[in-house]
Amino acid sequence: MRTRRLKEIACAFAVAGAFGLSGSIAGHAGERLGLGVPATPEQIAGWDIDVRPDGVGLPPGKGTATAGEAIFLDHCAACHGDFAEGRDKWPVLAGGLGSLKADRPEKTIGSYWPAASTVFDYIKRAMPFGNAQSLSDDDVYALTAFLLNMNEVIKDPDFELNQKNFSTIVMPNEGGFYDDDRETAERQFWNAKACMKDCKTDVKVTATAAVLDVTPDSKTGPHVD
Amino acid sequence: MADDNSPVEKISTRRQFLGAAGMTGAMLAVGHKAAVAAETAAAPVNPDVLPPHVADWSKSLGPGVADFPYGKPSKFEAHVVRRDVEWLTASRQSSVNFTPWHDLDGIITPNGLCFERHHGGAAEIDPNEHRLMIHGLVERPLIFAMSDILRMPRVNRVFFLECAANSGMEWRGAQLNGCQFTHGMIHNVMYTGVPLRVLLEEAGVKPTAKWLLVEGGDAAGMNRSLPLEKALDDCLLAFKMNGEALRPEQGYPLRLVVPGWEGNIWIKWIRRIEVGDKPWFAREETSKYTDLMADGRARRFTFVMDAKSVITNPSPQAPLRFRGRNVLTGIAWSGRGKITRVDVTLDGGRNWREARIDGPVFDRSVTRFYVDFDWQGEELLIQSRCHDETGYLQPTKNELRAIRGVNSIYHNNGIQTWLVRANGETENVEVS
Repeated sequence: MRTRRLKEIACAFAVAGAFGLSGSIAGHAGERLGLGVPATPEQIAGWDIDVRPDGVGLPPGKGTATAGEAIFLDHCAACHGDFAEGRDKWPVLAGGLGSLKADRPEKTIGSYWPAASTVFDYIKRAMPFGNAQSLSDDDVYALTAFLLNMNEVIKDPDFELNQKNFSTIVMPNEGGFYDDDRETAERQFWNAKACMKDCKTDVKVTATAAVLDVTPDSKTGPHVD
Repeated sequence: MADDNSPVEKISTRRQFLGAAGMTGAMLAVGHKAAVAAETAAAPVNPDVLPPHVADWSKSLGPGVADFPYGKPSKFEAHVVRRDVEWLTASRQSSVNFTPWHDLDGIITPNGLCFERHHGGAAEIDPNEHRLMIHGLVERPLIFAMSDILRMPRVNRVFFLECAANSGMEWRGAQLNGCQFTHGMIHNVMYTGVPLRVLLEEAGVKPTAKWLLVEGGDAAGMNRSLPLEKALDDCLLAFKMNGEALRPEQGYPLRLVVPGWEGNIWIKWIRRIEVGDKPWFAREETSKYTDLMADGRARRFTFVMDAKSVITNPSPQAPLRFRGRNVLTGIAWSGRGKITRVDVTLDGGRNWREARIDGPVFDRSVTRFYVDFDWQGEELLIQSRCHDETGYLQPTKNELRAIRGVNSIYHNNGIQTWLVRANGETENVEVS
């Protein structure tokens, strides 16, 4: 038994060395290491908090914007403002509709997020900031309804958002995204010919950091997301 | 100027400069304002310390072997630290700091200087209590303890980790004086870990599977959708970096390594992997880490980090201090493979010369380059541009803007320009 195990391990190392990462790394194809313990349904339920746009992962529950407003004022407004308009440098959650081509686009839930499920998913896993995963599922439904109401996606503040009707919500910017196309749209950057000599005649400084001078000791400056 | 170049003067003035910088970090951070003048670089030094004097440290005993059981850098290097930009973010728990590349050399980032980016602070996790659960479209949902992972076949790989927002503040123009701030959201270390493929095969991925949800155990519950193909190809679950255990701020005891792809998906403190058939469109891949283009639409799942380089010395925090011989150095990297060549210009792009690459050139790793040159106080406009093995050539900032506009935030890999003035001061600029 012992000899067999040692042989397996030696084999695994030899194969991993020969094939690198993309080959059969552990050299145990079809043969399990026998490590780890089965995850029980109860254990999975405790950690399985994600929600997808098609509704997969939504827990039972319900809430209205009216109920959500009270929760928002208690747990969220200190950072995000009473109407989700943002405070200080904390994120603005409402408004900005139609601003995505503007010089300073306002990327909010209503103006930018493609799926309502993301609101539920993110609140449930990460909010309130500093007290994550403390809200009940009903609270999360209510907060989601409130934020969708602030963004005029849900018009009626007493509309009950629940597990069944959640997937009918359509976000304004749902169609605003496309998959990475750099390898075709930016094909010109795959250009091995690089000019080495007399490539320009005139070179002028067009911008300097000193004009803005926002290097760390400055208190004003742009945001980074 | 002859005095400037004598070895003794060089050493003593450097020490004095570093000492002053250590005491006034804020001054150093605004490098262009730092008191530098190549003409007067030979700062006064106490003649008592120079030969033939024998220094105290040559006569008395220093600390013993166990006085610093872990060890730390010399106190004269105390200014070499990560720095943050306070006005960037609302809180320190959801913020970023930057690696001081201008104070480093070679290709490996010391663990204590690897930039940090957290969304809910750095989780402090007891490795005995940490668990990684794999479930969803698998034959056998499993929970792994760290002790299980340490018994699996492991590999060692050097990779860069770059935040997609590195240089993101420069889309609209030159803003920050210091490569620490313009290019400091990248580090490069050797990871020791288990291929993610090993754990996925242990659980038995079902044929309908196409995507994974990877999720952290921190207070942000950081989650991203990762294509199964990438997970099976080259991703690692790492527990060591540069030989030692991950630092808590780098995901101790276990983090995901996603070679060549944006840092946000390298989930730290990883606790859960759900196997599914579609992406999740999590907050980080919808409201963040999507690239808003000029037409108001946005690219999503822009995972790969494009080839990029920057000159780290001279740079605003590391001005030129001596006339005559000087060493220009910098780093280059590509998320698509190896760096094959780096070119450097000293005249704003009129003429280029091929830089000397030195040190190992690994796949999707930082690569170090040098140009040894003479400088007599003339104004320089210095830039580097890199080539990778796919034939990609690092574009100018304006070439990028022509395609992506300026609302993109992420994936700014444009060519960086530093202006070196006659007195050695160096500033972040852009050129025509």
